[in-house]
Amino acid sequence: MTDLKQSTPPLSTDPISRRKFLKQMSALGLSMAILPGVFHGSAQAAVPQKGGRFRMGMGGAHTTDSLHTPTLADQFEMHTNYALRNNLVEVNQKGEAIPELAESWDVSSDAVKWMFDLRRGVEFHNGKTLDAEDVIYSIRHHMGPDSKSGAKGLLDQIDEIRADGKNRVLFTLKGGNADFPYILNDYHLTIVPAGTTGNEWEKGIGTGGYTLEEWEPGVRSFLKRNPNYFKQGRAHFDEVEILGINDVNARTNALKTGRIDYMNRTEVKTAHLFKRMPGIEIMQTAGGLQFTLAMLTDISPFDRNDARLALKHAIDREEIVKQVLRGYGTVGNDHPIQKNDRFFAADIPQRQYDPDKAKFYLKKAGLTDQTFPLHTSDLNTIYLDMATLFKEQARKAGLKIQLIKEPADGYWSNVWIKKPFCNCHWAARPTADMMLSVAYTSQAKWNDTHLKSPRLDELVKIARAELDQAKRQEAYAECQRIIRDEGGTIVPCFKDYVEAASTKVQHGPISGLLESDAHRAAERWWFA
Amino acid sequence: MPTGLPNGGGLPDMKDMTATILKRIGHSVITLFVISILIFAGVEALPGDLAESILGQSALPETVEAFRKELKLDLPPHVRYISWLGDFVQGEMGRSLSNHRPITELIGWRLSNTLFLAAAAAVVAVPLAIILGILAALYRNTFFDRIVSMVSLSAISFPEFFIAYILIALISVKLPLFPSISTLDDQMSLADKLYTIVLPCLTLTMVVLAHMMRQTRAAIINVLATPYIEMARLKGVSRLRVVVLHAFPNALSPVINVVALNMAYLVAGVVIVEVVFVYPGLGQLLVDSVSKRDLPVVQASGLIFASVYIGLNLLADLLSIASNPRLRNPR
Repeated sequence: MTDLKQSTPPLSTDPISRRKFLKQMSALGLSMAILPGVFHGSAQAAVPQKGGRFRMGMGGAHTTDSLHTPTLADQFEMHTNYALRNNLVEVNQKGEAIPELAESWDVSSDAVKWMFDLRRGVEFHNGKTLDAEDVIYSIRHHMGPDSKSGAKGLLDQIDEIRADGKNRVLFTLKGGNADFPYILNDYHLTIVPAGTTGNEWEKGIGTGGYTLEEWEPGVRSFLKRNPNYFKQGRAHFDEVEILGINDVNARTNALKTGRIDYMNRTEVKTAHLFKRMPGIEIMQTAGGLQFTLAMLTDISPFDRNDARLALKHAIDREEIVKQVLRGYGTVGNDHPIQKNDRFFAADIPQRQYDPDKAKFYLKKAGLTDQTFPLHTSDLNTIYLDMATLFKEQARKAGLKIQLIKEPADGYWSNVWIKKPFCNCHWAARPTADMMLSVAYTSQAKWNDTHLKSPRLDELVKIARAELDQAKRQEAYAECQRIIRDEGGTIVPCFKDYVEAASTKVQHGPISGLLESDAHRAAERWWFA
Repeated sequence: MPTGLPNGGGLPDMKDMTATILKRIGHSVITLFVISILIFAGVEALPGDLAESILGQSALPETVEAFRKELKLDLPPHVRYISWLGDFVQGEMGRSLSNHRPITELIGWRLSNTLFLAAAAAVVAVPLAIILGILAALYRNTFFDRIVSMVSLSAISFPEFFIAYILIALISVKLPLFPSISTLDDQMSLADKLYTIVLPCLTLTMVVLAHMMRQTRAAIINVLATPYIEMARLKGVSRLRVVVLHAFPNALSPVINVVALNMAYLVAGVVIVEVVFVYPGLGQLLVDSVSKRDLPVVQASGLIFASVYIGLNLLADLLSIASNPRLRNPR
């Protein structure tokens, strides 16, 4: 491992090196627990208190839920899993990769070889001590031909994983990836004891801040604080009760009547009424959740860029944010990188609703009489609302859009990437590279526009392996321009997460990576 | 020879009854078998399968394939059906495809919850409906009769979730008397559980009350028009006695039928109430399993619902026969 560059802070432009940072943090006795961020509210909020039973009402619960990490998909199971288990790497509220079960890491200069040193003396809930074999088992479980994991696509870049002693894991990638630690934060890739199989997954054994007392899929999970938790200053609640409450009115009433302390997925249509209630805080978090309209760029008429540009100019993004999201969101610019992302290119002009330009491009494409069928669904209420509004906006620009309503069942397998023009949405990805390589490069597994841009592919590849931030910035800016001007995706808006909690509940800055503080609410929050 | 008095026709012919019951049970088994085929075909006809619905947007062709192989979803439908049927007739319900839990464990708890809520609602609703029905018949066309009819008919005309939300708004949010969600857990005592389910129980009572009340009233009024009632009245029997002892027993048959239907509804048809009150019953499980195409769970819960319907209908028929001498001694 002589080719590993020592003490390189690969992921941050921060002048403090990662090592120095960690050293200072441990000197404070805080390890990675409390980041020097600015906390909401008053000063007393900065000192977390221990105790209490945190009752969460979660939409996105199913009786088919499971704690088998490869099939994690919705909120109830994901939150339970994150309270029980840890990743190697955590992405904090500022979007930085910080140590979790890995104490530190290093990378070779070509970003191909990664070395993770594991935290020592960490015990699983069953008393087993964490070592390299557990990590390797947990990651490999998602790989290979028999994998049914949602993270399989992410891990295809791994060439080899091996242990170097009990406390070090070495990853060799097929190509350089400067953002590799971010991938290890994926919620599927939580660490379990080696050999976990079959029904043992449902016991929820992990290293997390809580232990599983009761697990009734989709209904209730009941957790108790792990007295042996390796993190200081995390997992403050004595008990956590996660209730599956899929009906938004039921969640709202439960919060109003004090039956729960927190609810996810607040209805944006009624959030303004909720705001007036004393004792309730509405939490609005900007994240990378984006709603898109995907055109297959190799199918007529969308194979003509002018047709795509006509549609891109025929949508009023401001109105969509105002009407469909009720202001809980921001406009998109037809590329997937969100404003808070470190690689967001601020100098690209915002595309506006411009009926004249839309007509111009439509004429240029020779499609003035064309009707564009848009496949939509009630899979997500925003789909239908957005499609309906878009149809009207486009009509004013002289474009005919015909809405075809598809059943929510089987939407992902029968409509998406099959029909030439359809609704879609994407959860945030922690890095620009993940977003681009999941849906925009020619080789992307979910390239839902069939975009084939050799230049884009090249840029993504270069930027991925590049450790110099300025060069990456430049490459990603060009990617954003290419997708905006040549891609098949319309990105009308990014939606904020809107959640609500009793004012008893205290928290630091909230991550917008996933709902519920990136599903670490149970670990990060506390009662006043 | 019909008589106006209850139990006037002697004991039921036990042999005939047993034969009827056996015949009906035989029919029920065949019906259940047909239902299981229909459920299987129905779920098969839906787009997508378990692998696709669980993986959702993050499905890759190879992960879907691996998933299918593991769950044997790659086998042709008739092979899967026969293998399921084979296990089922041996009493082996199998495991849920999505989280590998034994179906008996998955369903047992929820079935008992469903039956608990249904029983609680029935205990309130059935006597209430019958008493109100009798009173309405007794005082028919009075102010009381009209009020009872109006209130119960209004309750049945609103969708059940609307009633549920109104109840929540009034006596949970505005007036914090009862909990707005009815999540049960094992640590609760019976009293806690009953308190928790007050609102869903009340909602269901309002939903099923009108049917049974109206049927009781109509049946009794029907009987009241017959000559033997007139005879009883002429003998000088009091109105209350005429209605309760002479008319009601002869009006039982249609009442039993409508009660049975409503009981079946309380067990099998309360999905919406379960959703609104977050009650962990069987209906919710069925809906989730259908949306995830978890076939063994769908089959098991579908067959339970079907059995409840068939069983209650059978019971209703038998009770009607037992309560009606004309049917009891056919000739």
